Amino acid sequence: MTMKSRYGFETLSIHAGASPDPATGARSTPIYQTTAFVFDDVDHAASLFNLQTFGYIYGRLTNPTTAVLEERIASLEGGRGATCTASGHSAQLLAFFPLMQPGDEFISSRRLYGGSITQFTRTFQKFGWKGVLVDADDPETVRKAITPKTKAVFCESLANPGGVISDIEALAKVAHDAGLPLIVDNTMATPYLCRPIEWGADLVIHSTTKFLSGHGNAMGGAVVDSGRFDWAKDDRFPSLCKPEPAYHGLTFTETFGDLAYTIYGHAIGLRDLGPTMAPMNAYLTILGCETLALRMQRHIENAQKVAEYLDGHPEVAWVSYAGLPSNKYRALAQKYLPKGAGSVFTIGVKGGYQAGVKIVESVDLFSHLANIGDTRSLIIHPASTTHRQLSPEQQVAAGAGPDVLRLSIGLESIDDIIRDLDQALAQASRLAA
Amino acid sequence: MTDTSVGAAEDRHASYPDALIKSLLRSVKTIAMVGASPNWNRPSYFAMKYLQDKGYRVIPVNPGAVGQEILGEKVYASVREIPDKIDMVDVFRASEAVPPIADDAIAIGAKVLWMQLGVRNDAAAETAEKAGLTVIMNRCPKIEYGRLSGELGWHGFNSGVISSKRRKI
Repeated sequence: MTMKSRYGFETLSIHAGASPDPATGARSTPIYQTTAFVFDDVDHAASLFNLQTFGYIYGRLTNPTTAVLEERIASLEGGRGATCTASGHSAQLLAFFPLMQPGDEFISSRRLYGGSITQFTRTFQKFGWKGVLVDADDPETVRKAITPKTKAVFCESLANPGGVISDIEALAKVAHDAGLPLIVDNTMATPYLCRPIEWGADLVIHSTTKFLSGHGNAMGGAVVDSGRFDWAKDDRFPSLCKPEPAYHGLTFTETFGDLAYTIYGHAIGLRDLGPTMAPMNAYLTILGCETLALRMQRHIENAQKVAEYLDGHPEVAWVSYAGLPSNKYRALAQKYLPKGAGSVFTIGVKGGYQAGVKIVESVDLFSHLANIGDTRSLIIHPASTTHRQLSPEQQVAAGAGPDVLRLSIGLESIDDIIRDLDQALAQASRLAA
Repeated sequence: MTDTSVGAAEDRHASYPDALIKSLLRSVKTIAMVGASPNWNRPSYFAMKYLQDKGYRVIPVNPGAVGQEILGEKVYASVREIPDKIDMVDVFRASEAVPPIADDAIAIGAKVLWMQLGVRNDAAAETAEKAGLTVIMNRCPKIEYGRLSGELGWHGFNSGVISSKRRKI
């Protein structure tokens, strides 16, 4: 079934999933701040627990406010359904959970948010899951890393901390040739700039904490299923295509067709792992989604100007922004992110670690913190913060070496953003002199 | 990006207008469910229970379960044996098993021949359409009802519905 909507992106951003509240007619989505929902009778309860009817049971699995956000994000990504989670990190956990058994592996691009590298290679080990990180710039490297234990291929469309763009179509082909799904983290691009499902991705995940909520005020994550991957084509995904003991032998793919993955995400993933998005955060993220297109337009416009300014600055060794003509990912940016290459990128400062530290301590408008995708401009020194759990080699491989600063360009007046960086760079320059 | 799993681009059974599905779900009252299972964890049982809850009368057809009742309804060996007037025949059988069921649906004067998710038989569809039936293939009435009523959205699915009106089927 095609999920291509006849409505435009901005219309979907505002309306998808959010018809007037059926109970009250409230036009804005109400915050259903409740943990549980009453059953009509014992039979109704049994039907709900058996997944035989649609409906709400308990807030750990589903919530009407969160459901609006789930449908909104699924719609913006062109997916079949979505499962929202408490954070982007738990979205990754929930994305892999239906696919992996102890002893299984997945292949991931090594250019990832530092926290994801730690989660994939350290914490997932405790489940017996092995995240194999490779240089995915060459899709053949990914192909060669695939083994009979591999269950998925993973990349970030626009990779954190910045500047790197994955060749989604090529990676989808490598994954599909091996009968595997491609999972794409689309947090940094957002569906406004890039829709990975249209390039062959099977699952898309988000940290909604970033651009989707957009205001730096609500934690959350989402797993979007394209509905296109055939989980039952062989025995590789027993959670989805074999009888599930926790539901009396129900087989998800047989009973729910292309809804199977998303129902599993709620009925098993959220039920038994528990990383549920709070309804209040769902509401704030719904609010954020309504202005996503407008915000992203200004984010990329400001980011392009800041990147061009920094590219010509004597204290700056390099700027890793795919919107610059000299960038090695420029061609991929034009293919996958034609509107703009996002608003998060990295720069290298000539003065190295000390200059980096001086700059983050000298800015007045930029906020020195560990987040991206806020209305506010943000700055961080990844080597000492977000990527500090990694070895020096891993830091460099992830694009987070000691001289690197990550910028997330906000929506302030462009002259003020540049003036703030200019004065901070001048202070770093005086330090070196 | 279009789905390639169900035929060519001009294939009129690749997608159905929401208005058509809605009008069928509104007009149909009694459904013969061919392949209905007495086993509660089978997909047909799920669909039958849901459709009953929504006010449809669903009459199970399953030669292997004759003599039993499913969800309070007597099981028949074939559609033609059902004494009641049937508006729609819903097929939970393999695609190649559809042609004689389509003939049965025509013979009893059903208005709609509906084939479940994963079930599609173009020849049977053509026969039924020539006899004046409306044919839906590769869809589930439970999922379509849930999608159009907004219930599917309760579970995070993309219903494709954009509306400033309160939803109802």
